[in-house]
Parts: sequence; C-alpha cells; structure tokens
Amino acid sequence: MFEFKLPSLGADMDEGKLLEWHVKPGDKVKKGQVVAVVDTSKAAVDVEIWQDGTVFELLVEPGTRLPVGSVMATLLEDGESAPARKPVTLQGARKGEARRKAPPPEVAAEAVGVRQAAELAPPGRPRVSPAARKRADELGRDIARIAGSGPGGVVTLADVERAVVVPTAAAAAATPAAAATRQAEMRRTIAAAMSRSKREIPHYYLFETIPLARASEWLAGVNADRPITERILMAALLLKAVAITLKGFPALNGFYRNERFEPADAVHAGVAISLRGGGLVAPALHDVDSKTLPVLMHELSDLVRRTRAGSLRSSEMSDPTITVTNLGEQGVEAVMGVIYPPQVALVGFGRVASRPVVDEVSGELRVLPAVTASLAADHRVSDGHRGALFLGALRELLQHPEDF
Amino acid sequence: MNDTELLAVLIETLQSIAPEVEGSELRQDRPLRQQVDLDSMDWLNFLIGLSERLKVSIPEADYRRLVTLADLVAYLQGRMTC
Repeated sequence: MFEFKLPSLGADMDEGKLLEWHVKPGDKVKKGQVVAVVDTSKAAVDVEIWQDGTVFELLVEPGTRLPVGSVMATLLEDGESAPARKPVTLQGARKGEARRKAPPPEVAAEAVGVRQAAELAPPGRPRVSPAARKRADELGRDIARIAGSGPGGVVTLADVERAVVVPTAAAAAATPAAAATRQAEMRRTIAAAMSRSKREIPHYYLFETIPLARASEWLAGVNADRPITERILMAALLLKAVAITLKGFPALNGFYRNERFEPADAVHAGVAISLRGGGLVAPALHDVDSKTLPVLMHELSDLVRRTRAGSLRSSEMSDPTITVTNLGEQGVEAVMGVIYPPQVALVGFGRVASRPVVDEVSGELRVLPAVTASLAADHRVSDGHRGALFLGALRELLQHPEDF
Repeated sequence: MNDTELLAVLIETLQSIAPEVEGSELRQDRPLRQQVDLDSMDWLNFLIGLSERLKVSIPEADYRRLVTLADLVAYLQGRMTC
C-alpha cells in the first residue's frame, strides 16, 4: 500500500483544490498517468501518479482545498492484494485522516461541510450546500439550474464543479468577478515566489551580445521548405541551444534545497509564458537537449496553448531545472531575470534586432541580426567566471546551428 | 472577396488569438504589432489561421512585408488571385 499525496506544483504553492478525480477505486494506474485535476492559483493542473498500482481508496472529495503533502488516495502496489477490511467511506476516511494528519481546521471543515449540509438539509430548505452555493456564486452559475446528486437531490460542491463545462482555470475565470479573483491570487503567488527569490538567492548577472546572422539564415533555409504549420521559431532554436550548452555547466542546472545544491541530470527548461490579461507561468519542456527542433517546436507551441488555456500537467509545474525567458520580437534589448526558487539560474533573451557588429575575421563593421543573452545565477552555487564561460559557449554554439 | 470582407476575416482571426481586440479601434496604416500584443508564437498562429481560412500559402520570406493591416489586405488579395 502506498499513499498518493498532493505534490507541490511549484515553489509558490502551499495548497490546492481538488477539482476532479480521473480514477476510481479498483482502477489500475501507470506511472505518469493523470489521476486528478487540482486547481492552483495559476492553472488547473493535471496531477500525475509517480508509481504503478491499483487505486484502493480516494480520501478527498472534489471541491476540497488541502495543503501540499496531504494524502489524497491510497493505492495497492502491483501484486499486492487488498486488505480484508472493507474500504471505508469517503467521510470516514477523511475523519481518520484528520486525526492522523490534522490538516488546518478550515480544510476539514470545508470538506465535511459539503456532506453534512447534504445530509441535514431539511425538506423545504434550499437543497444546496453552503460551499456549493459559494462556488456557484464565484462561477456566476444559477444554482437552481444545476442538478443535484447528493441525498435527496441536494446540490453539492462537486455538482457545481461538474456543471462548469470544462473545469479549467480558464473556465473558472469565465466571469469578470472570478477572473479578477484569479488575477489577485496569481499576483499573490508570483509575489511570494519572487520575494523569496530576492530574499534568499544572491543573484549575479552577466550579459553577452550574440550574433544571429548564421542562425537566422540557417533557420530561414529550413523553414523555406516547410509548410507554415511546421515552421520553427527562433525561440525554439534558442531554447535548444541553452539546453545543449547547459550539459557542460551542471552548476547552473538543478535545485538549491536544504542548504545544498542538487544538480539535475536532465535539462527541463521552464519556459516563461505571459498570460493575456497579466500574470506569468513557467512550465517545463522536458529533456530539451535531446529533442529534435521540429519536436521541440511542436511541444513549445502545445505548451503555450495549454498554459493560456489553463491546462497543465503536474510534472510541468514542478520540475523545471532552469528557466528561460524570451522577451520576443516586440520586446526590449535585455532582461535581468529573477531566479525561480529552488532553481539556480535563469537565461534571458531580448529582442532579436539588427545591430552593428564587427566581423571578427575581416574586422569590418557590418549590420547583422543579434540578440542580447543574459544569465542570472545563484552565487551560492556558481561564480561569475563559470557563468561567463557558459554565455561564451552559448554564443559559439549559436554560430553553428547546423550542429544541433 | 472584397477588401472589407477580407478585413473582417483578418479581425476575426486576430480575435481568436487576442480576444481583447476591438476591430474598430485598430488603425489600418499603423504596424499591427504596435497596436496588439502579439508574441512570435501568436503572430505565427495568426498567419497559420489566415492561410487555413483563405487557402493561401504565406512563405516566411514574405513575413517582413506584412506590417500593417493594409499590408496584409493588399498581400492576401494578391495571393488569393494568383
């Protein structure tokens, strides 16, 4: 038997709300399978299981807000048989859970509140739990139009959540009031993470102007033969270049936790994606160094689309080993980034623009496309010398895009 | 398709990417990306949307000519008739 706990989906998350289960007791699950959808202030996240097994009990009902680390379900390992005792009901399990783990009172109160209201609603009273009514108000839903599945047709929180066509962050932000609430929550979580970064991480910053004439020409040649739906953006090329270069600089890729640095084996690049209407999310593209450019471009496009729709997977939220921010074609010259803890570095790119560049071979002054790359890194883990070598290696790699 | 109809298609495609856009507030003779916040991924998706709806191909080499809405209308009219 093993426990499925609510994972931390980023340094700025201390609680989440279960929106729905994708599994039920008895279901076999595979490592990496999405088993639940959890709402954080940034997105509705598809939470994956990290071990094969069979679902034994679900301990939390949809609509429950719970702290990171709370046990959400128990599972049987492969080959393990179910214990003789009958699985307890959701509520019984939750009470037992409250004794063992003692979650904050308001968490237990909200979770139990749904069931109690449902069971106790006397005839003639509005058949709706207080939590469900509150949620319906937030969503701008008319409670009378929602079918109840509780005892006696009581409308529960779960019914309200189900009544929302797609239970994603984007859908939850469907009304102006809900969107404003979500905006405020996202602002708070960004504030918490960035304040922690500036409080704890001694940043140092380096800048380097990187000529992109060769990379631009090479990319134009590649794209000339491709239909518009398969064209590759400079952003994908820059991401891959960062990931390949990082393999030689482990001190910039990983996590600083418990007073020590834990280098990461893989390069999972957190891609900073701005949301329309404000806010920022930096979910991971996995194993960027080993993917081909067309695959990377496809995944980047998909990640941007899903981030803006508010639909991300838990591994994307929790495991970036470095962040890359690209201020894009309309952006400014350079960015001095704020590291996302517990990561130890952030690579930034400004606008790709024509700049006067001295040709190193001929000594002539030429006008060429170039970009200013920046590195913000954690001085507890690396020094400026290493950081400078990294930006130099990145510049060299980008002069040979055909080697990617 | 006349220019007015084509412009309506442009605005609709744009709104599928940037829902906050009000067509009546856009100046046709000013750079579009100075008026609407479109990153390189948004811009690519905008052009993909146009090429699919209008059944035209838009070579990457032509991107630099597509700055204003007026540029887009003139360019796409030319692509649709050839």
